[in-house]
Amino acid sequence: MKKMMLGNEAVARGLYEAGCTFVSSYPGTPSTEITQYASDYVSIYAEWATNEKVAAEAAFGASLAGARAFSGMKHVGLNVAADPVFTAAYTGVNGGLVIAVADDMGMHSSQNEQDSRHYAVASKIPMLEPSDSQECKDFTKLAFELSEKFDTPVFVRLSTRISHSLGSVEISEPAPVEPREYVKNTQKYVMTPANGRPRHAEVEKHMEELGDWCETADINSVEWGTERKIGVVSAGIAYQTAREAFGDKASYIKLGMIYPLPVAIIQELAEKVETLYVIEELDDFIETHCKKHGISVIGKAELSPLGEYTPEMLRRLAGDSVPDVTHTITVPPARPPVLCPGCPHRGVFSVLNKMKLTVTGDIGCYTLGAAKPLDAMDMCLCMGASVSSLHGLLKARPEMARRSVGVIGDSTFLHSGITGLINIVYNRSAATVLILDNSITGMTGHQPNPVSGFTLKKEAAPVVNLEVLCRGCGVERVRVVDAFDMEGLEAALKEELAADEPSVVIMRRPCALVKTFKKGSPRTVEDCKKCKACLRVGCPALYTVGELIQVDQSLCMGCGLCSKICRFGAIKEGK
Amino acid sequence: MTNIVISGVGGQGSILASRILFALYETRGDMVKVSEVHGMSQRGGSVITTVRAGKTVYSPLIPDGEGDILIALEQIEALRYLNQLKPGGTVISSIQKIPPMPVLTGAAVYPDNVFDEIRGAGFKLITIDALTLAKQAGNSKAANVVVLGAASAALGGTDAEWDAALSAAVKPQFLDLNRRAFELGKTVI
Ligand SMILES: Cc1ncc(C[n+]2csc(CCOP(=O)(O)OP(=O)(O)O)c2C)c(N)n1
Repeated sequence: MKKMMLGNEAVARGLYEAGCTFVSSYPGTPSTEITQYASDYVSIYAEWATNEKVAAEAAFGASLAGARAFSGMKHVGLNVAADPVFTAAYTGVNGGLVIAVADDMGMHSSQNEQDSRHYAVASKIPMLEPSDSQECKDFTKLAFELSEKFDTPVFVRLSTRISHSLGSVEISEPAPVEPREYVKNTQKYVMTPANGRPRHAEVEKHMEELGDWCETADINSVEWGTERKIGVVSAGIAYQTAREAFGDKASYIKLGMIYPLPVAIIQELAEKVETLYVIEELDDFIETHCKKHGISVIGKAELSPLGEYTPEMLRRLAGDSVPDVTHTITVPPARPPVLCPGCPHRGVFSVLNKMKLTVTGDIGCYTLGAAKPLDAMDMCLCMGASVSSLHGLLKARPEMARRSVGVIGDSTFLHSGITGLINIVYNRSAATVLILDNSITGMTGHQPNPVSGFTLKKEAAPVVNLEVLCRGCGVERVRVVDAFDMEGLEAALKEELAADEPSVVIMRRPCALVKTFKKGSPRTVEDCKKCKACLRVGCPALYTVGELIQVDQSLCMGCGLCSKICRFGAIKEGK
Repeated sequence: MTNIVISGVGGQGSILASRILFALYETRGDMVKVSEVHGMSQRGGSVITTVRAGKTVYSPLIPDGEGDILIALEQIEALRYLNQLKPGGTVISSIQKIPPMPVLTGAAVYPDNVFDEIRGAGFKLITIDALTLAKQAGNSKAANVVVLGAASAALGGTDAEWDAALSAAVKPQFLDLNRRAFELGKTVI
């Protein structure tokens, strides 16, 4: 039976058909839906972990216990999970262990554009790369087989256009897989130096075996074209773009396994065609492999290491003409993403902007507070850095403590902000940290987290008490402010910034897109004085007709922020 | 190969529209691929979704200048992706205007002659008051399917195929609403 599936949904189907019973992940675009879809299968236990390192370690534990286990993450998530993953390459697995890592070429929803294929080399873990939804399912199943056969974790590398494209997938029912016995084996699983050295030798050995295996593996397929002029070596989404652009005349190798890489089939193709291209987005990973084996190819000399490749770019490379499609029309104004109407983050950033504070920011919906008109962020690096970098900033410039804050979301705080906070307490900086507790992981699509009160499987869960947690870390000045109470926040900030010790202010209010959000009555405007002060809060529900402010009744959530900003009392609660 | 571009603002329902089209072309025996947008731009940013159907589809993305039909759920989002369309291609656009933040803050202006520009560039244009019709159907959220109704003649497909596609892609509890929205959309042509 065929079913329409996103790449991520097909990976989840592969988990189900492979008899995987344990999934632990942390959300991150474009990987998130794998775990969401996996949680729909009754036979799979699936959870949102607190971060990727925790998730990968949990999956390792399940594998140790004999279950087939999985963890999915975005590219930068693998940076967080790298520590356990590198050493899991040495221990190997009991039940199959598969880790999906989704790159984001073009940076649709990410802070960098790293090429995660390098992790396969660095950690000595084999990596598969599907090129459509069907392969997402098939390769996930194969990854479990390889994992158990070669006693190693296996990566499945995805990308935005594979994860988020729909295609037809032939589905089947799982063949029964018995969990493996748990057998204590300290030499294999206790990675002391003495045990690690022989394990490293094991790794080198099975990687060599995998090198042989991939030479003849049918996931590395060759397709001969009608001519012998052009050959293309490619993988993943880049293969699809190349296949379209170079057409039926060219010959192709589609690499399903990108680490280790085969040599013989590429050599054969190189001998039979006049020009051999390597088409790969981001770095020259396959190209370097070819050159190392003396195969001359054209790759990054002609193509950019930046962003996604489009069919037009490759057509130009293939020497085809590309139509000029620029029209002499008005260039439409840009439409960047914005904080939603009713978003509890908006008031916070309008206060930070008003107080002209230096703000170390973090990653989440609230990063949108960096954009105009709120424009209240000085830095955003990676998850957790708002807290830890604020500490460094204050150590280098203690005088800035009176006008600097760190801003971090609830999920991000629990992911990796808390260690930074402990560091602030331990190493004594008078930092002020704002935790924006909207009780959900907003940016990635509202995944529950430890302050939400329920789990991925929609079961009730205890709520982590952030106040108690921060006090437990040794922060004595902890207070909670309603995120819509801008005066309260301003007063709190004045006091906490003046204090010579660490403080945490928890801004609490549910995300406007969750069920528990209480919608107020939409605002109406009477006797507008045209000062436009309210527009500085950047609410999409406010607009002007001529010079007069109007409130879009279908968008307004009645949060009242604009009413508080208006000095003339012109924006009123509607009936 | 049939190439359809769906553009709009994050949250307007371009994903559902593209999934209905996936089901439509699949029931007609085509291979189909759709590239969706999830993530940051769903927070009110500009989004483009592409649908490709034919004997064999490789890339889910449409090369510039090869789109047959552009379905726009918002006016300037039609203008923004015209480069995707082939010369003389068809635009079906909602007349809804959602001013983006730079317009709201006064840093940019919302162009007032979007449809003249589209016609002037040589494209066929069908416009529809999708929001009003969606409200008439029972919920403003169904504006996406109203526009699909308006596009249905250009897209092809029999009544039975469209109904099968709606049933396949829409959650059962919203099916009647979306059927009404689709029928109202069809009335503009
Ligand atoms: C290491 C890493 N993992 C995952 C992500 C993806 N990601 C971006 S923001 C975010 C969570 C935001 O949640 P929260 O801190 O609660 O803020 P909100 O979006 O709800 O305002 C995640 C998971 C990332 N950028 N980096």
